[in-house]
Amino acid sequence: MKDMNTHTLHLETTAEDHHIARMAAVALGLTVLESAIPSPLPGVKPGLANIVTLIVLARYGWRTAAWVSLLRVLAGSLLFGNFLTPGFFLSLSGAVLSLIVLAFARHLPTRWFGPVSHSIYAAFAHITGQMLVVYLWLIPHAGIAYLIPIFATASLVFGTVNGLIAARFMDNADTLNPHVIENPTCKL
Amino acid sequence: MFSAALQHIKLGDWLTLLLGSICVVLLTFKLWSGDLADKAIIRGGGKILSVVPLSRDQQIEVPGPLGISIIAIQNHKARIASDPSPRQYCVRQGWLQQAGEIALCLPNQVSVELVGSKKKYDSLNY
Repeated sequence: MKDMNTHTLHLETTAEDHHIARMAAVALGLTVLESAIPSPLPGVKPGLANIVTLIVLARYGWRTAAWVSLLRVLAGSLLFGNFLTPGFFLSLSGAVLSLIVLAFARHLPTRWFGPVSHSIYAAFAHITGQMLVVYLWLIPHAGIAYLIPIFATASLVFGTVNGLIAARFMDNADTLNPHVIENPTCKL
Repeated sequence: MFSAALQHIKLGDWLTLLLGSICVVLLTFKLWSGDLADKAIIRGGGKILSVVPLSRDQQIEVPGPLGISIIAIQNHKARIASDPSPRQYCVRQGWLQQAGEIALCLPNQVSVELVGSKKKYDSLNY
């Protein structure tokens, strides 16, 4: 803006863009961290990055959460080198279905339903999206039905734990910075 | 720490947890109790005519005393698609999926039976 004659590419970015990028980076960090945890079965992962999605959803709304979640999937795939491979589409289908379910779940009365419910519904949606891709595209065999109980149990457990962590995190932030609710530009 | 975690679970969250647990238990019972079938045994006139895997979709024509029965295998399930028997019991039985399920067309002496990895006993035969 200062000098129109410079030849460097200049993208106009808003404060919100920076904010979304920052939170997507946090989610990405958690994804990398999580890939270091050994898993007994491919696909059974805690999904720690979803903690960020849950917090963003509660604080800044669904649109921002969708940006953060999808950016995390895209950037994560570039980082791990599996962009456009089956692994990428598994992550994407899980993330998209979770976001669709969260769009509905966030309208549940907040008096009774908190991040724990959101997290559990999103976790089930996530595994449903992944199983659909696996069945419709990768392994069209009824035998994968045997694995569904394992994945469903993992969803329930990790969904609950992630929801609790997200709730705890928001609790801490609220007591440390009481102005956080009024001031949505406050850093995560 | 544990009680601190518990205070984040509201009434509706408990409901969600309960609902989720019920789903998991039901899914486990549904998917792990019965042996999913992987082969179909086709009999005609009391003899085994062929044993076919359920993984490949196909139609099989089996001749009997009254005419031809058509057995359809699709999507890991099997059924008698058409049969010349007068009462059509075996056709109306529909799709068979679990091991041990069987459709009998007695007048045409044709049957299709699903088997899994292990043979299960049924109430007619043990």
